[in-house]
Amino acid sequence: MSLNRLKSYSPDARRYDELCDANGNVRAQWQPLIDKLTTEWPESARRSAELARRLVIENGVTYNVYADPQGRDRPWALDPIPLVITADEWQQIELGVAQRARVLDAMLRDMYGEQRLLSSGVVPPELAFGHPNFLWPCRNVLPAQSGRHLHLYAADLARAPDGRWWVLADRTQTPSGVGYALENQQIIMRVFPELMREMGVQTTHAPLGALREELLNFAANDPAPLAVVLTPGPFNETYFEHVYLARQLGLPLVEGHDLTVRGAIVYLKTLSGLRRVHSILRRLDDDYCDPLELRSDSALGVPGLLDAVRAGNVMVANALGSGVLESAAWLGFVPGAAEHLLGERLQLQSLATWWCGERPALDYVLENFERLVIKPAFPNQRFEPQFGRELQWKERADLLQRIRRRPYAYVAQERVALSQVPVWRSGAAPGFNAKSLTMRVYAMATSEGSTPSEIATGYSVMRGGLVRIAGETADVVSAQRGGGSKSVWILGSPKTSPDSLASTKKYLHASQSRSTSRHNELPSSLVENLFWLGRYAERCEAKTRLLRATLSVRTDPQAWSAVLDYCLEAGVMNSRVQADLGAFDATNPQSVAADLQRLGWSATQVRSRLSAEHWRAVSVVQRQLSDATPRTDVRETLDRLLLSLAAMAGFALDDMAQDEGWCWLALGRRLERLLFLSDLLVNRLASETLLWRNELEWILDINGCTIAYRTRYVATPRLPAVLDLLINDPNNPRTLTFQWESMRTTLGRLATVLEGAGEETLQTEMAELTAVDLNAIEGNSPAASAARKVLIERLQALSTAARGLSDRLSLRYFSHIDSELRAVAS
Amino acid sequence: MSMATRYRVTHRTRYVYASEVVHAHQALHLTPRSLAHQSFSDHRVTLVPTPTHSQNGTDAFGNAVTRMEFDWPHFELDVLAEMTVTVKAAAYADFASSQPWERVRDDLAYRSRPRTAEELEAVRYRVQSPYVQLKNVFVDFAHDCFAPGTPIALCALALSNKLHRTLTYTPGGTTIDTPLLQILEERRGVCQDYAHLMIACLRARGLAARYVSGYLRTTRAADAPQLVGADASHAWVSVYAPPLGWIDLDPTNGLIVGKDHITLAWGRDFGDVSPLRGVIVGGGSHTLEVSVNVAEQLLADDTI
Repeated sequence: MSLNRLKSYSPDARRYDELCDANGNVRAQWQPLIDKLTTEWPESARRSAELARRLVIENGVTYNVYADPQGRDRPWALDPIPLVITADEWQQIELGVAQRARVLDAMLRDMYGEQRLLSSGVVPPELAFGHPNFLWPCRNVLPAQSGRHLHLYAADLARAPDGRWWVLADRTQTPSGVGYALENQQIIMRVFPELMREMGVQTTHAPLGALREELLNFAANDPAPLAVVLTPGPFNETYFEHVYLARQLGLPLVEGHDLTVRGAIVYLKTLSGLRRVHSILRRLDDDYCDPLELRSDSALGVPGLLDAVRAGNVMVANALGSGVLESAAWLGFVPGAAEHLLGERLQLQSLATWWCGERPALDYVLENFERLVIKPAFPNQRFEPQFGRELQWKERADLLQRIRRRPYAYVAQERVALSQVPVWRSGAAPGFNAKSLTMRVYAMATSEGSTPSEIATGYSVMRGGLVRIAGETADVVSAQRGGGSKSVWILGSPKTSPDSLASTKKYLHASQSRSTSRHNELPSSLVENLFWLGRYAERCEAKTRLLRATLSVRTDPQAWSAVLDYCLEAGVMNSRVQADLGAFDATNPQSVAADLQRLGWSATQVRSRLSAEHWRAVSVVQRQLSDATPRTDVRETLDRLLLSLAAMAGFALDDMAQDEGWCWLALGRRLERLLFLSDLLVNRLASETLLWRNELEWILDINGCTIAYRTRYVATPRLPAVLDLLINDPNNPRTLTFQWESMRTTLGRLATVLEGAGEETLQTEMAELTAVDLNAIEGNSPAASAARKVLIERLQALSTAARGLSDRLSLRYFSHIDSELRAVAS
Repeated sequence: MSMATRYRVTHRTRYVYASEVVHAHQALHLTPRSLAHQSFSDHRVTLVPTPTHSQNGTDAFGNAVTRMEFDWPHFELDVLAEMTVTVKAAAYADFASSQPWERVRDDLAYRSRPRTAEELEAVRYRVQSPYVQLKNVFVDFAHDCFAPGTPIALCALALSNKLHRTLTYTPGGTTIDTPLLQILEERRGVCQDYAHLMIACLRARGLAARYVSGYLRTTRAADAPQLVGADASHAWVSVYAPPLGWIDLDPTNGLIVGKDHITLAWGRDFGDVSPLRGVIVGGGSHTLEVSVNVAEQLLADDTI
């Protein structure tokens, strides 16, 4: 009997329980799920939890927690048990959220336009003007096209003890979580595939296609409309989602420095020059978007962006200034605004909220201080919500004085008893805990709605939402503070079903008809980072091979001493005595450890181009090094590292679309390998010790050519044969000739973009090098010595030419993005 | 002595950059406002290099603004603004006839009733702004200037005088990013700091005050006290004092603003009205030279 399994589930009777009704019986919509979880108890439930956990990691769903000792990219916490909601209930939510989106959009239009709400006294002007995201420069700036301010909106909802859903907060700035909600749904779908079918769970429908159309429609008359997703960068807490959204929407992900404004028009800096940008989906807070007219201390924005908006040349979603509605203080005024602007009554109630700027509200708050939560009215007042009842005498007196002096900056809310839901508990006593939840529901603008609600409101609500679970404190829900998430299952067929297949087709059709030559949309900075990712990945691999091969010749004192000198000179090691030879000392800038950090950085910058598996290989490489302790066997660490680096190389070769962006990655790899090998040969030929057999073995080992040599020569290594293999073999992927041929092909593919990169010098040097008679260089005769000198010069010239090519590419194609912005004022 | 004074103003700003600036956007607030007591003519702004694009407009506070872009490399930016401005002495305002400060405060607060355009205008200047963070210490500092029932204009005048008395004018001692709390603690600053601190003291009490940028007559009669703040653009405070409207006070000099002040622009604080605000790409370190000359011109009687 399933209820027995639920014995440990003990919800708080003062809260609404999602799972059980007032009599303690499992609600009908939950029954199949509970049956499934409790058969084969607890193995089946445990397996589901384990599968969900693994899929989160495999899909690379991560969350950055600020100042977290675990570092960036903490795996997203997803509970295997979904929240189950009936179709009828969902429809109420859907209608309420769409209506609210429309009301808030109308409020924004009024506040940045006529200000009727302010002059008529329906909403308090000090609430708008005192908000740091009321952007005065945006006053009377009509958003492009439809005049719409709000394109993506989210409502945070909670269920009160009476069973109704209430609005806790409005998200109008850059609502986050869509990507996490969709990923949650995908993962749980893989955990319970049959069950979802049996229960008739509706598939999550995210109106991203509509949002994309909305963005591109603005430039409907342009033959090559371009919309981008603007991110503050990889350090943002929800960067995973920026990457995810950009991919789902099929739009380039860019940072502020990738864009520039010329003559009130926004452009993307691409490899082949500036390309006009028509629409921007921003994930950057509005006050950071333009250091010229908004926050001057922002280095993340695009100077002149607001002027481009003012001129009607670019559409920004959400419109600049929309962040002003993010304050609990508005909650009490939205109903009045809905009435005043649209003559409508709100379908969703919001949490009882008192804004202290109004005298009667202030009096009420002072009288009922004990049972209220005090919050800041504006996001730039840095204080956490205070529970009146929990304050000490002194804190209480302080807070009261602050409220009395500047009442309009404070809000009081009723404490809300959030509803509860079962959350999986692993460990020795597996079972279900009762935890509080809130649910974030998303609305996206649509100009061609397919349901009555969509047509009436202009918003389409994403079916399914992001459920967040409270951590330690029952009524505080925040991913920054721990706590997990859940997916949402909506049962039964929706009454107003958009033909999702048809809309998908339409979306695909639209995408195809707009498929412009995509290489033009590669931001220069992305290309630069791909190039460097290639170079660092190869450099790490070469240094790891060098270290491993070096450890192998330890038994031969003569060779050991010679190659050790080389490693110390190259800086790959910095100690003769330490067990790890200082190879993993990241403070040494030449070490493989330092290069691995650079590799991680470049990979982070191009994450939007890497598959989840590829990205995971990058994370694994990073972890392997930090996991290595002084006691770990060095050789073993190097072996593992090499395997992971080889996996990365495999992903680069076989897992990425080989478009023009990829060409730069490949070019970086080949160039680096060519440089490493030619520098190594120059150094060893000059040292005159290269005649020793063990050192020749070492060189073959570094370059992974031991087997190739044996196959070809079936003999102990001799210098001319070794050099012939490493320089001239056109079929071995580690030789100089192979690197050059491969680079030449790649440069050829990029020819239309590059208009000649000046690779002729390199070609000449390569020809000169392959012409050298290698048979003459063996032995101690003066002739052999002279021949070696010639070879050294040829190799040096090749290396110089390769470096020259890299520099020219950087100067010509990357230098203009080295554009740190600075604000000046007199 | 004539009723009006005419000035010829030249305001030169010169940036010299250590390395090439490859691209720049600048926003200029260098056009005086037209007011009941102030008019201007022969206004001209000369720029070297010439901007690639230039667009005149009006900002959200009613000031003229010129937004421009330089899409060619330059090592220096030279901005010369010239104008002829005629200032009449404002009509005598009886400060004692302004409303008690508590009433002004209460009337500004929200009470779900319709507001006049003038009231709505005032409300935008009674809240925190980027350079004017509101703290309780600003209420305490000005405590003695706000005796119960005192007309607001007299309170503001007392506050302006108190700042003039207690702060030491110290060029170079502060920057625009020095926090107001530090200004209050160290009791020193330049005209921006005096103005911001006075605004903070008023807004912390729920009163409305705006930041005014402008110029000050460079020379005065030998027997008149010399003024500070004339070598560059100046700043002072405008206080909402119904029914008188807005009254201008110069806390740096402890003066009621009169014919010696030329009004360029106003806003919530310095950030809204800085004469030149820009974002550059490249440039390295830079030096900045600012010079202002405000010379009185003889006014023929028939021009009045």
